[in-house]
Amino acid sequence: MVSVGNELMTFAVPNMAPAAPEIFLAGMACVILLLDLVLDDSNRYLAYLVALASLVAAVGITLHGFHHRALYTFDHMFVADRLSDVLDLAVLGLAFCVLVYSRCYLRERGMFRGEYFVLGLFGVVGMMIMISAAHFLTLYLGLELLSLSQYAMVAFQRDSSRATEAAMKYFVLGALASGMLLYGMSMLYGATGSLDIPTVSAKIATMSPHNVILVFGLVFVVVGLAFKIGAVPFHMWIPDVYDGAPTAVTLYIGTMPKIAAFAMIMRLLVWGLQELAVNWQEMLIVLAVLSMLIGNVVAIAQTNIKRMLAYSTISHMGFFLLGIVAAGPVGYGAAMFYMLVYAAMSLGGFGMVIVMSRAGFEADRLDDYRGLNQRSPWHALIMLLLMFSMAGVPPTAGFYAKLLVFQAIVNAGFVWLAVVGVLLSVVGAFYYLRIVKLMYFDAPTDTSPVKVEPDMQLVMGINGIAMIAITPWVGTLVSLCAHAMRAMP
Amino acid sequence: MTFTQFVFYLFSAVLIFAAAMVITVRNPVKAALFLVLAFFSAAGLWVMLEAEFLAIALVLVYVGAVMVLFLFVVMMLDINLARLREGFGEYLPVGAVVAALMIVEMGVILGPRHFGLHRFPLPPGHAAGYSNTRELGLQLYTTYVYPFEIASLILLVAIIAAIALSMRSHRRSRHQDPGKQVQVRREDRVRIVKMAAEKKG
Repeated sequence: MVSVGNELMTFAVPNMAPAAPEIFLAGMACVILLLDLVLDDSNRYLAYLVALASLVAAVGITLHGFHHRALYTFDHMFVADRLSDVLDLAVLGLAFCVLVYSRCYLRERGMFRGEYFVLGLFGVVGMMIMISAAHFLTLYLGLELLSLSQYAMVAFQRDSSRATEAAMKYFVLGALASGMLLYGMSMLYGATGSLDIPTVSAKIATMSPHNVILVFGLVFVVVGLAFKIGAVPFHMWIPDVYDGAPTAVTLYIGTMPKIAAFAMIMRLLVWGLQELAVNWQEMLIVLAVLSMLIGNVVAIAQTNIKRMLAYSTISHMGFFLLGIVAAGPVGYGAAMFYMLVYAAMSLGGFGMVIVMSRAGFEADRLDDYRGLNQRSPWHALIMLLLMFSMAGVPPTAGFYAKLLVFQAIVNAGFVWLAVVGVLLSVVGAFYYLRIVKLMYFDAPTDTSPVKVEPDMQLVMGINGIAMIAITPWVGTLVSLCAHAMRAMP
Repeated sequence: MTFTQFVFYLFSAVLIFAAAMVITVRNPVKAALFLVLAFFSAAGLWVMLEAEFLAIALVLVYVGAVMVLFLFVVMMLDINLARLREGFGEYLPVGAVVAALMIVEMGVILGPRHFGLHRFPLPPGHAAGYSNTRELGLQLYTTYVYPFEIASLILLVAIIAAIALSMRSHRRSRHQDPGKQVQVRREDRVRIVKMAAEKKG
């Protein structure tokens, strides 16, 4: 027993300050869980308000502890650096908007329950854990925390067979992807003898980049990552899940998890496996070209706006991957900027589907947007800005995002990839502009005015206008992204 | 062949046999029972690797809890095997080719060239009083305390999700309220309709 005492004496309590936002948010999710027990339907909004307040407070805590250099804690399993700060802030801000957008939708469909906010907050905690992971184990556990919350949220509408089917597909394919990722990680562990990302990276530097076990593990890791971001040919679940899930949940899974997936790619491929870049570059090129091609072409055939936006997501992931393929700080910075802009565009796009819907009417057909300009010019304008930005029309944010990615890829010597990307973004412009045509040049089939709550109206307005108003600050944002990249250990 | 080797081969053979039976046997209850046998054999192998705690946990958690629960589910659901096996012959050739290809590929990579004994020599054995469980506990609550806490969050989310998805509010279920049954009055149940007398014409 003496030896136990000695071992415990040497155990130092880890410094918890760098993980303060995660700990706070997890605690608040538990508080909401308990609070929800004593609330009934008439004052359920208190749980909602507490959830919003927790997100704001978490932003405050993150800003307070802004890290100028990488800080490790919990035995090198957790890292807080500038990248994690910026991405945490983006995730928290998006989560705030997602909650504001989904309030009316949830209430009108009888889904305004405490569990939604609890699961949503736990999902955010999972993403923040992934963003700050410095160890394969924490990366995987954060991913599982996020995925489990998402599966449950997709199935939240228990009486809808489409939502249940979507949840089942998401669960099975998500579990498969996690399995792939874990198998790849175990191979890397077998080859390097460590799960600690910096140690793995250092160990790989002493080995040949064409080591069979390393490449074998890398293939599984890339497949797992591709499943999670939904890159072709691992994209099959995206349209079904986006379409089948309640729109409020689609909004959730279509925005923040993309940023967490970016963090996962940065931590795994770039930080851990940078030495194997020659190998993963080739794999990502295939994924990127196929995603841009299939995403943009199949989106044209869609008549359902949620499915169309799902295929648009797939194509955007292709463009995003171009930045990673460039395999340099400039490319990573461009990819990060692309992901942030994409998350904001996706937030606005699915937010507009919620704005247009009302109890018993999902507004998920393209025809529901016919003549929107006559019903509500303001909403038509916001949708126009969002669609222009997704298509990459100058001077919107989406244009700069694409431009930077193409610039990075050309500088990295892949001119042909940039040409393919530009051609396919022209193809993609067709279906974005079709919505603009429906809104402005067709007669409405339904002339009822669009009713929106004032808080949602405000956030939606900022979301839409930001697509173009951001132009003067693009340089600042890009240098922020580049800065975050350089600060990564 | 030493006795240890004999035991190893015995457990391995039973494990492979049981695993093969799990996926080939027709009756799902039998498949579940073969899985129990597979878990037991795997636990035996772990004991030989001096991972006593994992072996006990495997038997307690998987055999004791998970498989029993699984058996209950199998027995309660009416699974139509004929429909599950539909199209089996149709996909068999493609599936067999893919499986054979994967076995060859994995054999090439995971074989002795990269994971052989010369690369991973036998770890030194432990003294007689060495407690696997204590070492694991110490690691879990010191070095790995952060992943441990995240795992607890995942379990909490699983509980919340299971309850949120399966619990129906009691208003929807059919139940009796004895208090209301006792308080019922004649006027609540009987309605007297006055009608003029009619004559069948």
